[in-house]
Amino acid sequence: MEFRLQAVWVCRLKAEPNGKTFLTKGGHKSYAAPVRGNLAKAFELTNTQVFRRMALPKSYTDFLGRKLFLFLLTVQGLGAFALITLGVILRKSGVARNVIRPRIQQEIARAGVALLPMFLFVALALGFLVIGQTVSVLARVGATDYLGSTMVIVVVRELGPLLTAVLVLARVGTAHVIELGTARAMGEVEALEALGIDPVHYLIVPRVIGVTVGVFALTVYLILGALGSGYLWAFLQDVPLTPGDYFKQLAEALGWLDFALLALKTVAFGFFIAIVTCYHGLAQPLRLEDVSRVTVRAVTQGVIVCVLIDALFIVLYLLT
Amino acid sequence: MSEKQNIAAIEMRGVSVATMRDLSFIVLENVNWSVAAGEFWVIAGQQHSGKSDFLKMTAGLMTPVTGSYKLFGMETRSFGEAELAERLRVGFVFEGGQLFNHLTIRENVALPLQYHRDLPPAAAAQETQTLLELMELTPLADITPPNISDNWLQRAALARALVLQPEVLLLDNPLGRLGGRHLQWWLRFLNRLWRGHEWHGGTPMTLVATTDDLRPWQGAQRKFALLHDKKFFPLGSWNDVESAGDPVVKELLAVPLETTI
Repeated sequence: MEFRLQAVWVCRLKAEPNGKTFLTKGGHKSYAAPVRGNLAKAFELTNTQVFRRMALPKSYTDFLGRKLFLFLLTVQGLGAFALITLGVILRKSGVARNVIRPRIQQEIARAGVALLPMFLFVALALGFLVIGQTVSVLARVGATDYLGSTMVIVVVRELGPLLTAVLVLARVGTAHVIELGTARAMGEVEALEALGIDPVHYLIVPRVIGVTVGVFALTVYLILGALGSGYLWAFLQDVPLTPGDYFKQLAEALGWLDFALLALKTVAFGFFIAIVTCYHGLAQPLRLEDVSRVTVRAVTQGVIVCVLIDALFIVLYLLT
Repeated sequence: MSEKQNIAAIEMRGVSVATMRDLSFIVLENVNWSVAAGEFWVIAGQQHSGKSDFLKMTAGLMTPVTGSYKLFGMETRSFGEAELAERLRVGFVFEGGQLFNHLTIRENVALPLQYHRDLPPAAAAQETQTLLELMELTPLADITPPNISDNWLQRAALARALVLQPEVLLLDNPLGRLGGRHLQWWLRFLNRLWRGHEWHGGTPMTLVATTDDLRPWQGAQRKFALLHDKKFFPLGSWNDVESAGDPVVKELLAVPLETTI
């Protein structure tokens, strides 16, 4: 509807005083026919000829169809890429260990160890904002006993893994797309192939393992830090709660399923973040000027993939 | 050994070549070409005549669109992991080097050796160092590629291609970006490789180089071919090149040397 109104407005602007438009007759035949048949009558008061340019219904369906196709192609590409990478990880685990193992260590250091200081800060902040918000509400109804279970629900099940995934995507995933995209554009990938080195094995496998391990470990640290800092902030707000009680609440709220699903979820986050970023960096031929566009797309898709995985796990929680 | 020599190193029959970027865009059609072990071919062509794509296909980086291409008697269309050993008998020197920018020159040269023989860095050091000394690259060995000039990048690329001791060496426009002194060094070095370099145990190497300027390649023993208008024309020896009436060949002979400016 909004678009129609806009179209009317554009039409008024473009129509000349005598009712004729700048458009030549027959110049837009392909767009004109369906428009004239379906929609034009609704705008009889204005100069309908201009609507030949707008081509409302056709362009909507085209747009949606194109987006849908692109989406399906991307899903197909990502799936194939994920399978190829898994296959290479399994098949070539013994190939060139002396080259690949240091690369994996580098990537784990980059996606895990190097991010620890930032995660310490985020853990402090996360504990503060969750406790700060819940204490004020729970104290009002005298339900501070639920502090522990609130922390488990919010931090352990949702915010911890998702926040870690998004932060790693932002700090490491973007770097992957740019590095791989540049390497691809500069012909380094071609050079690897000419030397008989499998680019997936040399470039992707260490990154995927690095990010997967990194996301898993950082989530654990973030959750531990946030739970700890949560108590600190509760203590500072004079909530009458001993550390023993707090940790008892936490322990009671946690089940074995939390540990299992947390492990699965973080591994899935890490794996797919790495797959999405590496896919966009490596899987298609790039020119140097494409790299920035591809980076933006990879980050967007990375976030979407993370949210989708998260939604899948919520369903799992609800089912069990 | 003798049986091996009877098989042509490169044998193309009716081959069409597409570009690396778009496999539906044909740059060369119906190439019939045969290279015996120990030959030195120079393939001339103007810019955008498909030299690079042709050479990349020859190296096995892409398959021919149509026709049959046999490398050491093996059909390249079916090349996979199992045929890696055959693939590695061909070395490739890219135009401009295409070195790995995040590694130093030394690491660049050592990488293929380490990867294929699964060596820790220390074990590959000796062979790498020998090659770096041959290329006079030792002072630059611990610098990353973006920080050194094109002249030296090209030599580093040569070292990287040679480290696995290939039997056939493909060079994509190796002289295109070189200064005068480097140009002489390259011509001398390639000749020594072709005749059998002592570093290589004196075994002669088969060489194929592309160029957009024929003049530096003057030499009776080399074989010449021309890429023009989507076609592959074998020209023969240098004498045939000089006597050829083809305007394109004349142009390639008369292109002023950019590098002498």
